Amino acid sequence: MSFINYSSREINCKIVFYGPGLCGKTTNLQWIYKKTNPDSKGKMISLATETERTLFFDFLPLALGEIRGFKTRFHLYTVPGQVFYDASRKLILKGVDGVVFVADSQIERMEANIESIENLRLNLAEQGYNMDIVPLIIQYNKRDLPNVVPVDDMRRALNPRHLPDFDAVASEGTGVFDTLKAIAKLVIMQLKKG
Amino acid sequence: MLGSDLVMYEEEFKKIDGELQRLLQQANAKVVFLVDKNGQLIAATGETENLDTTSLASLTAGNIAATGGMAKLLGEKEFSILFHEGVRDNIHISIIGQRVILVVIFDQRSSLGLVRLRVKKSAEIFGGIFNQLLQKVETEKGPGKGAESPFAEITDEDIDKLFG
Repeated sequence: MSFINYSSREINCKIVFYGPGLCGKTTNLQWIYKKTNPDSKGKMISLATETERTLFFDFLPLALGEIRGFKTRFHLYTVPGQVFYDASRKLILKGVDGVVFVADSQIERMEANIESIENLRLNLAEQGYNMDIVPLIIQYNKRDLPNVVPVDDMRRALNPRHLPDFDAVASEGTGVFDTLKAIAKLVIMQLKKG
Repeated sequence: MLGSDLVMYEEEFKKIDGELQRLLQQANAKVVFLVDKNGQLIAATGETENLDTTSLASLTAGNIAATGGMAKLLGEKEFSILFHEGVRDNIHISIIGQRVILVVIFDQRSSLGLVRLRVKKSAEIFGGIFNQLLQKVETEKGPGKGAESPFAEITDEDIDKLFG
């Protein structure tokens, strides 16, 4: 649910990076943070455990410039991917405008990917959203590893609706901004529909 | 179906800002701000120059959301007031009308009792302003109003420009 402020002429939108544990959600945000002009970004906040696993969420505010005279801001969040943090994941989806599902391309993580996207559907529904309507982008991350599932197979399992999807190596930045741009576009198009 | 967007207009924004300033003075606070439950900062006043209000807003909403989750587990509807005590500064957080969060940061120049009292009075006023705002948003959504939206004409080019 975006926040449109006619007084200060600003639009704020919330994008959530979702996916199984260790799939690279935080890495996506870290890359965006690293490569964004200092004037355009706020502080990145990570509520993580001592071993740098996301405990509650990561948060990165981005100011992207103006659209039709309105300053456009995106608030990027990640959820904790580990299965037992489900209560926290639900909370972070509140008021979401768009979701990036980050899948881990390694063969041994396919089951976790499927479990996580099913969990996303359930948790969105619990907040009153229908996953078939919410702006959603799929990212196949870690494509540089040797033991990856072919993209066509991942697509069949995770993206039967043929949503926009991207190959990525988030640790090197490959596909990260393509993904961000695609979800921003979907979210803004949703605003257009009103 | 996506939830309705939060919309703010000039008239209501001025009223909110005025009430925030009044609360800041009367509660003898350092900073007062309003946050949407989804973590969007609505308005802030006081000593905000060196304060990262965007991050504070997001963390406040996270805090309220986590506390709300705990409330549910205990069979409570919500915990409507949170208070964090520090060595120098304290934070008083309260939920207004189930949708908006009011945050007051204060130090030894004020007291928890004074803040609670003033927040209670302001909460009613903010509640009234937000009701008015919601009604206005509903009216604006009426038939024939859609074409006035500044976003109706957004093109792919506009969006591409955002990313340079």
